[in-house]
Amino acid sequence: MIRVELPPHLRGLARISGEVRLDIQGLATQRSVVDALEARYPMLRGAIRDHITQKRRPFLRFFACGEDLSHEQPDAPLPDAVASGAEPLLIVGAIAGG
Amino acid sequence: MSKVRVLVGTRKGAFILTSDGKREHWDVSGPHFAGWELYHLKGSPADPNRLYASQSSGWSGQIIQRSNDGGKTWETVGNKFAYDGVPGTHQWYDGTPHPWEFKRVWHLEPSLTDPDMVYAGVEDAALFLSNDGGQNWQELSGLRGHGSGPRWQPGAGGMCLHTIIQDPSNPERIFIAISAAGAFRTDDAGKTWRPINRGLHSQYIPDPTAEVGHCVHRMAMHRLRPSVLFMQKHWDVMRSDNAGESWQEISGNLPTDFGFVIDVHAHEPETVYVVPIKSDSEHFTPDGKLRVYRSRTGGNEWEALTKGLPQADCYVNVLRDAMAVDSLDKCGVYFGTTGGQVYRSADAGDTWAPIVRDFPAVLSVEVQTLP
Repeated sequence: MIRVELPPHLRGLARISGEVRLDIQGLATQRSVVDALEARYPMLRGAIRDHITQKRRPFLRFFACGEDLSHEQPDAPLPDAVASGAEPLLIVGAIAGG
Repeated sequence: MSKVRVLVGTRKGAFILTSDGKREHWDVSGPHFAGWELYHLKGSPADPNRLYASQSSGWSGQIIQRSNDGGKTWETVGNKFAYDGVPGTHQWYDGTPHPWEFKRVWHLEPSLTDPDMVYAGVEDAALFLSNDGGQNWQELSGLRGHGSGPRWQPGAGGMCLHTIIQDPSNPERIFIAISAAGAFRTDDAGKTWRPINRGLHSQYIPDPTAEVGHCVHRMAMHRLRPSVLFMQKHWDVMRSDNAGESWQEISGNLPTDFGFVIDVHAHEPETVYVVPIKSDSEHFTPDGKLRVYRSRTGGNEWEALTKGLPQADCYVNVLRDAMAVDSLDKCGVYFGTTGGQVYRSADAGDTWAPIVRDFPAVLSVEVQTLP
């Protein structure tokens, strides 16, 4: 079980509160987590990663266990603590906007 | 008694304002999608409870929302806008080639007859169509591909396709406008397109009478006279009497012929409204006065409409999608400002009053006249 924390604007879009808990088949990676998120919440398609390029949107970042994972490869394994559910994967909006 | 529903898109959410036919007392619903930019909302002429909304943010890109109950509840639909084929390049601000990149939907235009059919005008400029209520979008790529695309360039707000006008007498004919490319027309439902900019004169481009490159801000048409078009260009208010084949300037006695909005009275095809704006860089109302100008002669002769509008210390803008008319008798006129006011006139512009004063900056205003 993977725990994911979404930024407020995406929680509002998906109409959820609190953490999302996902069961991932196979290796826990950024790609497999976002795949599972989009499968459960189709309204998030295109809102975390671009539809066409599949790249993370530049104003969103991935953090976990005190580390910035934003620039890791999408198929790189997430930290063990995230894969085990001990720590959440944080999807964070950049401090930007007005 | 008839009712009106005003759909307001702002920098920080959407609002729905409703009133009876007197248009004196208003109920305000919202903010919907709080915190997101709502570039445009529009209802289907074929089913007034079917609404579409363009929701976007710098963090998470483009979302399309759809309502089947007049905006009480909403559902997300498709947001995949993929250019057809190799996107190619347009001109950047400095004239160098720049790849086409989808940024957002500026304008949603539902079909006149089918609630599930809706057009989307996007930045970087292209026209998309959905035939399934917004779930899936296909580019009408004959527009970008007709030949002049590599010469289009962005205006200050981006290279946006902001105006989509369907000819009610001919379902094959659609007019669109792009900043800064100009006006275009299809006569085969979007398969092929051609520029319709003859008569436009733009001093700020290398060839002032070029086939494309004009910064058209907005166009408007009266449904009973679809061959007559009105245009607010970056500078100049223009008119065409032959479906865009040629244009004549009708700026006449306006205090400045720069502006963004233009609209036509619901029952008087020769009555036109604009809001002159000071430019090039200021983009606020001249002399601190918010004035709508009305021509009852199809242009050239304009009168200032000021009753109920601030006439001192007012420095707002009225953006290109932020004016609309209802079809009640008398015709109601509505517009929103970058200062967050939405004004209404229930007497064709003679007098005005704010519906709200303190919204976020208004990006778009649309009106539905309901039975």
